[in-house]
Amino acid sequence: MNLWLIPLCPLIGFLLSGLLGKRLPKQLVNLICVGSVAASFGLVLFLLSKIYPVDTPVSEHDFTWIQSGALSIGFDLTVDRLTAVMLLVVTGVGLLIHTYSIGYMDHEEGYGRFFAYLNLFMFFMLLLVLASNLLLVFVGWEGVGLCSYLLVGFYFKEKFAGDAANKAFIVNRIGDFGFMLGIFLLFIHFKTLDFVSMAAAVKGMPVEVGFGTLGVITLLLFVGACGKSAQLPLYVWLPDAMAGPTPVSALIHAATMVTAGVYMVARVAFLYDHAPAAMHIVALVGLATAMFAATIGLAQNDIKKVFAYSTVSQLGYMFLGLGLGAYSAGIFHLMTHAFFKALLFLGAGSVIHGLSGEQDLRHMGGLRKAMPITFVTLGIASLTISGVPYLSGFYSKDAILAAAYESPWPWMFWAGAATAGVTAFYVFRAYFLTFFGKYRGHHHPHESPFVMTFPLMVLAALSIGGGFLSVPNWLAPMFPITEHGDNMQPMIISVAFGIGGILLAALFYVFSPSLSDSVKSAAGPIYTLVLNKYYIDELYAATIVKPLTLISRTVLWRGVDEGLIDTGLVNGLGKVVRALGEVARRWQSGSVRNAATWILAGSLLLIFILFLGVNR
Amino acid sequence: MINHIPVSWYLTLSAVLFGLGVAGFIYRKSVITVFLSIELMLNAVNLTFVTFSYQNKNIDGHIYSFFVMVVAAAEAAVGLAIILTIFKNRGTLQIDDIDSMKL
Repeated sequence: MNLWLIPLCPLIGFLLSGLLGKRLPKQLVNLICVGSVAASFGLVLFLLSKIYPVDTPVSEHDFTWIQSGALSIGFDLTVDRLTAVMLLVVTGVGLLIHTYSIGYMDHEEGYGRFFAYLNLFMFFMLLLVLASNLLLVFVGWEGVGLCSYLLVGFYFKEKFAGDAANKAFIVNRIGDFGFMLGIFLLFIHFKTLDFVSMAAAVKGMPVEVGFGTLGVITLLLFVGACGKSAQLPLYVWLPDAMAGPTPVSALIHAATMVTAGVYMVARVAFLYDHAPAAMHIVALVGLATAMFAATIGLAQNDIKKVFAYSTVSQLGYMFLGLGLGAYSAGIFHLMTHAFFKALLFLGAGSVIHGLSGEQDLRHMGGLRKAMPITFVTLGIASLTISGVPYLSGFYSKDAILAAAYESPWPWMFWAGAATAGVTAFYVFRAYFLTFFGKYRGHHHPHESPFVMTFPLMVLAALSIGGGFLSVPNWLAPMFPITEHGDNMQPMIISVAFGIGGILLAALFYVFSPSLSDSVKSAAGPIYTLVLNKYYIDELYAATIVKPLTLISRTVLWRGVDEGLIDTGLVNGLGKVVRALGEVARRWQSGSVRNAATWILAGSLLLIFILFLGVNR
Repeated sequence: MINHIPVSWYLTLSAVLFGLGVAGFIYRKSVITVFLSIELMLNAVNLTFVTFSYQNKNIDGHIYSFFVMVVAAAEAAVGLAIILTIFKNRGTLQIDDIDSMKL
């Protein structure tokens, strides 16, 4: 079984288009880059059809990567049922977004560069998903982070894009630091990083009460997940990451990379099962993020920012599911979210494309006639994220909320359901502001080409039907399903919240737009607070960035670098040598007479010493 | 007849000649005189060699003194050539003016 072929295809695509991209015609770049992802997708389908149903994991050992003492890290790839879901999502959604990018990036500079980065991302993401030890996961993890940085900063001529890329990279470093510490601790504890060996080792251990070693390890790994998957308090980079092209937002910052944290936590679920205290924290952070980000989404005016906060919020849902032990529900939501959020972003991209780059909701409106396909598909996505029954989001969200309902903390259910209502409200606010009312902009809106609308239609179909692919049942051998009673109550409540949110949005933004303004002014300071994202960025700037910059400038730069290293060590050493030379050059006067005198003095000294020696 | 003169006299003469050579080497200003002082020192040493050779009834000292003479002759040839070149290039033989061997 040649699993390594799957990530290899996009790597080849990256090398070809990255090295030759500028010289190749666009059609050839399309063929190479989209073709390589299509090849990966085909390979995944072929592979899964051969090993279906994946009852036992399929592994392969390609080569030993690191061999040093007790440390032995292999380049090992594994496919089990969890990987199968991820592989299909990554390559399937990836293929659709690659196709879409052909249309979206058509007029952009750096066409080959864009597709090269996108292919490199696919390579690292597939490596992350296929890896069967944590260090190899970390390689993929850092690789996707790099691609995220490169693609967020794709329009690097704009300062905000470069700043956003830096922010994404640096905030992720904080999370990765925790992840690395977690890996180190795991290795100290288990002497291996292989998932199967670790799972076997952890099996015999008792479930920890309070915080033990496993609790610390799992929390550190969760810090990494918080960075990558944009959870409190490290979520700040994701909204800014929307500075990248929209397909990037869809592929990396909605559907795949940001869900890597969710995948990683599910992958080491066997550790979390033994550390219930850490799991509780995961659930709390997830829920807090879901609520917090949803409220920020209420007041954003940039269509991509709305969906970015929505992504943060939905990722919070997934972590809520994981933290409650409903791993399969979290992964289920990961999959449906990949469909509908990719669709939301691609739809938004279609709107932005049709309006020649306009992203502000206040300059849109009434686009449903100009963009019928985008209108319908984005509507489906909005209904799906709102949890309207029988669409995919409904099933996955319900699975998470049901787990919360049955948990010892039912208030989590109520908070989650209320968040679902808020989600429905802000998504439909954006939707109505885009497609209903009067057109408030001054571009000429036009529908996107077929190469862009086709992925929209496929994703819309997946958003509708994705819920019938019952991921929890598929994952049951790995993550046993806890039996829900036939309690319809949580489902009805959450659906009611969702529908309520939609209706409220319709009332505010379609039927009586003046109402929203009066609510805005009534909310006054609270509205300003939410509009400015709770001033979290400003808070971080004041408490972390400013002091760090200050310390770097004064202590590290002026003090340590210029003072200690430059003046002290480098120049100081030079000065000492010069001073010594200043003394030594007195001997080198160039005058023969001086030299002769020194020779005489030296000879006399020698004679004197010899004389002393003889007479002793 | 030589027996009447003690060895120490020869050695004293040799030391005096050597001292004059050193003094001339250090204090004289003309390169030629400095050069002559070197010859003087060499011959003072030669005298010591011969004296000890005589006293110890050993031929080695004589052989060394011939070596010194040969080297001195060669050195005189090279040295005079250098002095000529210096004079040609600089038009002076004042030793204090020749101080270019420094930074």
